[in-house]
Amino acid sequence: MTWRRGARILGELVAVLALVSFGTFALVSMMDVDPAVSVLGEGHTEAEYDEVRHDLGLDQPLLTRYVSWLGDAVTGDLGTSVVPPYSDVADRIADALPVSVELALLGMGMALLLAIPAALWSANRPGGRVDRAISAMTVGVLSLPSFMLGLIVIMVLANQLGWFPRAQWARIGDEGVYQNLYHAFLPALTIALAEAAMFTRVLRNDLITTLQEDFVLSARAKGMTPRQVLVGDALRPSSLSLVTLMGISMGRLIGSTVVVEYLFGLPGMGSLTVSAAQTGDFVMVQGAVLVIAAIYVLTNAAIDVSYGYLDPRIRRAR
Amino acid sequence: MTDLVTPTRPGADVAVPAPAASVRRPAGTLLAGTLLLVGLALLAAAVVALRGHGWLQAGVALAGLILAHSGASRWGRRRFGPGFDLTLWLCGAWLVLLVVAAVAAPMLGLPEHEDLTGALGEPILARPDLVTNHPLGTNNFGLDLLARVLYGARASLVTALTAVLIGMVVGGALGILAGYFRGVVDVVIGILTNALLAVPPLILLIALATVLEPTLRNISLGLATLATPSMIRMARATTIAVSQREFVTAARSMGASGPHVMLRELLPNVVLPLASYGMVMVSVLIVAEASLSFLGLGIQAPAPSWGNMIAEGEGTVFRDHPHIVLVPGTVLFLTVFSFNCLGERARRRFDPRRSQLEEA
Repeated sequence: MTWRRGARILGELVAVLALVSFGTFALVSMMDVDPAVSVLGEGHTEAEYDEVRHDLGLDQPLLTRYVSWLGDAVTGDLGTSVVPPYSDVADRIADALPVSVELALLGMGMALLLAIPAALWSANRPGGRVDRAISAMTVGVLSLPSFMLGLIVIMVLANQLGWFPRAQWARIGDEGVYQNLYHAFLPALTIALAEAAMFTRVLRNDLITTLQEDFVLSARAKGMTPRQVLVGDALRPSSLSLVTLMGISMGRLIGSTVVVEYLFGLPGMGSLTVSAAQTGDFVMVQGAVLVIAAIYVLTNAAIDVSYGYLDPRIRRAR
Repeated sequence: MTDLVTPTRPGADVAVPAPAASVRRPAGTLLAGTLLLVGLALLAAAVVALRGHGWLQAGVALAGLILAHSGASRWGRRRFGPGFDLTLWLCGAWLVLLVVAAVAAPMLGLPEHEDLTGALGEPILARPDLVTNHPLGTNNFGLDLLARVLYGARASLVTALTAVLIGMVVGGALGILAGYFRGVVDVVIGILTNALLAVPPLILLIALATVLEPTLRNISLGLATLATPSMIRMARATTIAVSQREFVTAARSMGASGPHVMLRELLPNVVLPLASYGMVMVSVLIVAEASLSFLGLGIQAPAPSWGNMIAEGEGTVFRDHPHIVLVPGTVLFLTVFSFNCLGERARRRFDPRRSQLEEA
């Protein structure tokens, strides 16, 4: 990677982050109702509303407010929530973030565990019975929103079979790793199913293309079994677009984590944001959106840069 | 860049050798006809004879449908050749049926869908039973689920289609401008697009729902914000590909002005890929709207939307009365599935990169 490319990526990153943070901040100005009225409720005197506006800094020009808000945000102060119990936004986010990150990572890991064997099995005999069954299943799952997937998982594994609890969260620190994983299993499975369907499709198509290359033919000619060829020769060259896809699908992963947290009642970023949105707590929503967007942008940039290390052809092509 | 990494487009199906076309034999047609008839008979038996058996009825009906589908698709392949795709036709039929029923909903004489006082005498949480007054059952206020599903379809389809149209017009215009002028215009529009894409879709919707009232207009605008950036990218990429073709060079060398080239030469070539992408986009936006309503931030109950109907299954309601979730869930699934199927087919047909390959 050249310096010029590095500088360009960095410049764009800063511009995008600035625009996103400004957009998040400007949310308050888009409000249908007066923020002061939404905080206090109706039927107060004008002086009381003015006081709230002053507390929120709404009596100053937008840009001044933005700069001071951004300054505070960078130093870890995201303000105080505007509905009872008026908690500190940064503290709440610090509590909620680990839950969401754990769910998303578990979901991603389980998705790979499901997708890789399914894709290998499909690609073994393209167009065969197994391949058609698996591809019908992936198409079906891809048309189900994550909350429907979650409800089906609950219906089968929690309500009918009773193997897993349907709600609650066990923090690792309080109740140990085993309890934590036991409670996280169903939500993580829900997240994993949607991702796995996409991964399976892409990996299967790549595997089938790879299997037509000459080196696979020579491996077969050496007398290696189909299984050895699939796992030993074809899997690694086919997995690069999976990495690409993991980056692209992260937005959806975050979305389904939000929905799944709400569905299972887990104390993560999703539940925090949704309940703040339901009560009109815009300071909390701003803080949460800023944190999520920053993580999303930075991860995507990291994935973008890492292609060059995974595939030398890209480095040379630039 | 991705072209270097992946020999195939992600999501595209690699052509699989079709199973050898079987010779036309009357036995095959007979088998197909039998399957179709047995399937339909099972379905009718489930609806009429197995009333009140819940899961058993649903299971037998599903088995009947699968048999009938398999029979009909065998028959279709024999009659119209191996390219016949029954699922695609069924998807189209479902969408037509849904749209017609949603448009005609007020004229169908359905039971009450929204007003709680209008449903006072109705049975509560009735199971779906196709031969009664409430074919898809009722919810815990006695509101008719069929009526609610159809009125919910109006909300879903109107918001999603409006949003896709706005996205196509705004995104298409910006994308063509960026692809035609390149340079500074391209960079500015690109950063704007990236900023919109930098917030995960559902998070963006939740943020907008915090400050805006959940009216149909605001929900459509919110969904349009989701649709626009990817439309810009699509239009820009297509414009760049088309700009290098001979007819654009010819128009330019004959002295055509910028607006003329963009409107008369580029636009007609950008519209088709954009429209077929819009089909796939509709299904994404229907899911987004349903998720928002499910989270209690979209269309507010008792006004029906598929998302908030599914949310009624909260807690033990779902365990004791699964149809509350399964009825709107199935309709949502079928609709999204149909838009996906038709959209994918259209996209494969009008892929700009493919047309470029054929040109080369």
